[in-house]
Amino acid sequence: MSKWQVQVDREACIGTGMCAASAAAYFKLENGKSTAAQDFIEPDELVVDAAESCPMEAILVRDGDGVVIAPEV
Amino acid sequence: MTTSQEPRNYPFGEAHRLDLDPAYEELRRTEPVARVRLPYGGDAWLVTKYEDVKAVFGDLRFSRAAVLGKDVPRAVPNIQERSSILSMDPPEHGRLRKLVAKGFTMRRTEQLRERAQEIVDGLLDDMEKNGSPADLVEALDMPLPITIICEMLGVPYDDRREFRDWSDRALAVTAFTPEEIQGGFESLQTYIAGLVAERRKSPTDDVLGTLVTARDEGDRLSEEELVNFGVTLLVAGHETTANQLGNFMYTLLSNPERLAELRADPDLVPAAVEELLRITPLGGSAGFPRIAVEDVELSGVTIKAGDAVFTGQAGNRDPEVFPNPNEIDFHREGNAHIAFGHGVHHCVGAPLARMELQVAIGTLLRRFPALELAIPADQVPFKKGRLVRGPKELPVRW
Repeated sequence: MSKWQVQVDREACIGTGMCAASAAAYFKLENGKSTAAQDFIEPDELVVDAAESCPMEAILVRDGDGVVIAPEV
Repeated sequence: MTTSQEPRNYPFGEAHRLDLDPAYEELRRTEPVARVRLPYGGDAWLVTKYEDVKAVFGDLRFSRAAVLGKDVPRAVPNIQERSSILSMDPPEHGRLRKLVAKGFTMRRTEQLRERAQEIVDGLLDDMEKNGSPADLVEALDMPLPITIICEMLGVPYDDRREFRDWSDRALAVTAFTPEEIQGGFESLQTYIAGLVAERRKSPTDDVLGTLVTARDEGDRLSEEELVNFGVTLLVAGHETTANQLGNFMYTLLSNPERLAELRADPDLVPAAVEELLRITPLGGSAGFPRIAVEDVELSGVTIKAGDAVFTGQAGNRDPEVFPNPNEIDFHREGNAHIAFGHGVHHCVGAPLARMELQVAIGTLLRRFPALELAIPADQVPFKKGRLVRGPKELPVRW
């Protein structure tokens, strides 16, 4: 399976740290805002959950074909 | 820094209207990480600097779950046994939060703006029809958030008299007896359990229905978690916004200059809501303690593992972050207030609360350009002995 892309919109992020707490392997807080630990990852539902749970919808997850998996439209 | 003096009693006293107790500012200058003595459970720390408050909210070494079933420092006699999302740590907290988070994002909330406008329009039509004066609490502040949260959760609006009464008890600190407070929670649990049972007979796609499905088909939460989550969403979904709407209108109507500024420039409403969120101390008591699970240093003071920490009311008035913190200024740059908290417990309903407050205040000022308090500001009665502050009634005329 091809890799997923994880992006964090640091303009939108307010640094609640919810993603870093629930998916610590994929997100870390830098200067009070979230950032993706790696831009491309092996598929893992944890990042989908993080994107769906972000109050600011600042996390975008795409599959290998560039199709947005989360957040759900 | 000395911390050897006798701890101050905390809460500092009965909350007076929307004033921030001056003790907060004094402590921030003299002892930003202070020892305080609670009415029950002994001594704790109180932090007053913005950065320290944020650190306590954001650092997972400060646990909410560690308060459960323990004789921790607190303002109420009852030891908290009932677990809710407010008293969970990751990863359990995230397991529950993600079940509802999707329904509360900024985008989902924007989709509800039209509906909120419709509700506000209807409520203000009624207010106009019934004529001046009116009690804004009953005319708008309460019915708007209650209608919205009822529709989202799938709670019948007609039951509001009952659940408002139970919720009022459940959120009391000294306004009711410990038995009445406990009874308020139990009535809410029984009520939500009834709605859950109905959904098992005929499924719904509201938030309660989604939670029931998550339990029955995915086993993603326990029955107790399901019921308590429903209770928390119902209570937190209306008490906070309703009281803040009353608080904000009280503040605006008793500050003619700010009111005139907002009337002259309605585009300022979103910024005004942020500034009112910053300046209004919603909490009426000590708030929720966190327990350090290991030693943590805050502003040069070591918080020992096992110590309780309160975040107080003062973070949003820290002059290092907010120049002239006690001034209401609708033009603050980067108003990074922490009225909705910070970290994993950052209010899930924040976008919803913002939207409701913007719609309500914007519409009210537009439709009633002559709106004013019908009694002197210092005679507006405020609730006492509760977790959240708010006017008991807000008589207005136009």
